[in-house]
Amino acid sequence: MNQIDKNLELLKILPHDDILQQCMHCGLCLATCPTYDLTKFERSSPRGRIYMIKSVARGQMEINETFAEEMNFCLDCQACETACPAGVKYGRMVETARIVVEKTIYKNKFSIKLKRFLLRYVVASREILKFVSRLLRFYQKSGLQKFLRKIGLLKIISKNLFEIEKLTPEISEIFSDISIKEVEFPNGEVKFKTAFHFGCLMNTMFADINQDTVDVLKYIGCKIITPREQVCCGSLLGHNGDMEYALKLARKNIDAFIKHDYDYLISNSAGCGAFMKDYAHLLEEDPEYSEKAKLFSSKVRDIMEFLSEQKIHLDFQSISYPKHKLELEPELELITYHDACHLAHAQKITSQPREIIKSLCGNNYIELDEASWCCGSAGIYNVVRYEDSLKQLERKIENINRSRANIVLTGNPGCIGQIKYGARKFDLNIQVLHPITFIKNYLVKSL
Amino acid sequence: MNSNIKSKLKSIVGEANYFDSYEDRLVYSYDGTPTLQKLPEAVLFPQDEEQISQVLKLANQEKFAVVPRGAGTGLSGGSVPVENSVVIVLTKWNRILEIDEKNLTALVQPGVITGQLQKEVEKIGLFYPPDPGSLNVCTIGGNVANNAGGLRGLKYGVTKNYVLGVEMVLPNGELLKTGGKNMKDVAGYNLRDFIVGSEGTLGIITKVLLKLIPKPSKFITILSYFDKLSDSAQAVSDIIAARITPSMMEFLDNTTINCVEDYVKIGLPRDSEAILLIEVDGKGSAVDEDAEIVKNILQKNRASFINTASIESESLKLKTARRAAFSALARKRPTTILEDATVPRSELPLMIEKITQASKQFDVLIGNFGHAGDGNLHPTVLTDERDKNELEKAHRAFDFIFNEAIKLGGTITGEHGTGLSKKHFLEKQVGIPALEMMKKIKSVIDENNILNPGKIFTISPRCEGSLPTRREQIKDLL
Repeated sequence: MNQIDKNLELLKILPHDDILQQCMHCGLCLATCPTYDLTKFERSSPRGRIYMIKSVARGQMEINETFAEEMNFCLDCQACETACPAGVKYGRMVETARIVVEKTIYKNKFSIKLKRFLLRYVVASREILKFVSRLLRFYQKSGLQKFLRKIGLLKIISKNLFEIEKLTPEISEIFSDISIKEVEFPNGEVKFKTAFHFGCLMNTMFADINQDTVDVLKYIGCKIITPREQVCCGSLLGHNGDMEYALKLARKNIDAFIKHDYDYLISNSAGCGAFMKDYAHLLEEDPEYSEKAKLFSSKVRDIMEFLSEQKIHLDFQSISYPKHKLELEPELELITYHDACHLAHAQKITSQPREIIKSLCGNNYIELDEASWCCGSAGIYNVVRYEDSLKQLERKIENINRSRANIVLTGNPGCIGQIKYGARKFDLNIQVLHPITFIKNYLVKSL
Repeated sequence: MNSNIKSKLKSIVGEANYFDSYEDRLVYSYDGTPTLQKLPEAVLFPQDEEQISQVLKLANQEKFAVVPRGAGTGLSGGSVPVENSVVIVLTKWNRILEIDEKNLTALVQPGVITGQLQKEVEKIGLFYPPDPGSLNVCTIGGNVANNAGGLRGLKYGVTKNYVLGVEMVLPNGELLKTGGKNMKDVAGYNLRDFIVGSEGTLGIITKVLLKLIPKPSKFITILSYFDKLSDSAQAVSDIIAARITPSMMEFLDNTTINCVEDYVKIGLPRDSEAILLIEVDGKGSAVDEDAEIVKNILQKNRASFINTASIESESLKLKTARRAAFSALARKRPTTILEDATVPRSELPLMIEKITQASKQFDVLIGNFGHAGDGNLHPTVLTDERDKNELEKAHRAFDFIFNEAIKLGGTITGEHGTGLSKKHFLEKQVGIPALEMMKKIKSVIDENNILNPGKIFTISPRCEGSLPTRREQIKDLL
């Protein structure tokens, strides 16, 4: 097989040449690209990357270190997709390119193998993740963490490791798969039949957000099915060159959920929601799963999207009527909202969370400059590319600082962890919450 | 290009600012123009005027071409590399050096992004009107080199109306400074206006002094739909005839409406034949009066829907949608070839008709939109560059459109420039004496034809070397 055929073979996940041809290189994406903004080099822009992918697909260019580097430098925030008038599916292209990179020049790279192993067998495997999380919790709570940080042992090993260690969110005391029952009923009548995906990292590191989600859902009359057989959605793997395993997880999830009776599958993590909505497309050519995937994806809703969609039917006074404003002291508590990329750009959900938040806090809401600019978390980007991620984080923290807000709401666990870390690092006194937690807090206050 | 020259270039700009890997050459092999592409030999990011000067001197010695480039959003191939060339990228020269509130001027580096300059000056109540569709990406240097226009051209003019002074490195490496903060200045030839629109063929712009104006305090945006294309064109003519100068008067046809709606999803009418998006601005009640007159004219011309958006966010949404029109058309077919034939405003209805005719006659899909108020249309052929037959039809349709525009007293390009894509029509447009004068000027300033050669026109090589022996060698001259 010659080089052209080989590359075409590798890129065959891209449906056909049309998807590449659609980019007419007008350059309107450049303004929204965080990595282009950093370097001002065309190759770090969506347009440049698409051109490189096109050249590889047509056999005019070898897959080399520069190509691999640029594909991985990309945050996959997909802000360019929002900006692209031609509707180019950039995210799909770059994710495919990453697969190709990992199958070719990075095939034998140790760090890639390690990453793959960790994602497959730790993150995406609930029992192992829970085990590791318990160890981590012990590490965090026993004083070992304090001790290690104090003596700076990790700093000796690697400066980045020392920093990345601080990125680890606090492990929850009780994991969601224990605290949330398989079937939960509302106090009153059942108004909505929902299912809930509690995520992999969410399960052990953000179990309180899961709990808040379930509490609010129950409050508004949802019956909630949380199948135990559900698994990690696969997005971290899919975005990092391991689509094969990601699809395995997708099929497992479809099997786990589809046998239950529900109208909406609720997700509170932007990355998971976006990926699960994409199952329909990803499994398009799987004869056994294509139909099931379509049905599965059509029911997926982000929690804020769901609340906004149902608000006219809801007996959720605080959301339907802005008259119950949260009693906040003006200027003392300012609330702002950061768009998670996979909510704003991948799922195009921007106005719904704002509407709800504004209805709760009225004049105490303030819009954040560059709200939909990536915070640098980007899945595991902040771990594998700590330095690059830090530059985006610094920008985000600066914008938050300038907004004078002291509560930042955002709908993705990655962003929450990242912005919390940024606040500590750059000495900014803010609270970072998931909007659902904010709503739950409000309900508790008003009840 | 031999490695000796490359290493000299590297030592001029420094290792960190020199690139010649295949990937780096590839991503500077195109700009925003469809179907044009050429790999440069190297890509340079010079740090100061002196380095640019040295590169140009070397180019004269070693006879290679230099192609200046901003953000690469041009639509006539002005920054597409040529044979044996290096690209000089100026996107990193992006500082606003001074905003002079007493003289209402801004001194900027060429890589400053147009939209960012606008944001900065608007913060202090000033206004820089030129607003090309790519304003969030494109650079002032590129705008000056191409005399860029935009939506507001009708009332506020184009880039040339705002350039007070330019600094640039000439092809021989000398630094030229022309113009200044004086509102009146007639010392010698008006070189400044001559440089604006020279498409990087006369020098590399390193600083620009821009005129600013007070920001209009009020504006009203009016959106209207039409069931008949000709009604919308007539409305435009009537508004101009009523002595009203809107700050913007944009036209979109049905194909464009549908593509834009697919992108923005703001409820544009998918079955209307045309949309007119009009903005009037100024001070106080005069704006309201103008808006009333405009609305009456729209009504008289059977607009099926008229709505006023006076909130900034709503109006911004509409304008953003309009700016995206060109790229949005790519949703329909993979290749979109956009032109900007412009006619005197009174001929607009006829020109729109001719474009519809071209679409039928040559069996090509054309999306039409543009700045109706200044007669500047953007007929866009939606095609597929991989299909040679289709591409040929597109070219024939454009030949027809250009010829018709010229017949109506119009021009082949209103705001995108001649570059590579329209140079074959230039002679027909400007006539032989004008074209010859341009060529003479170019060959005096750029003796060795090293700076962006082959753009706007081709300078035939001087009679050196052997005489032609085969007919093909001279067939262009016959």
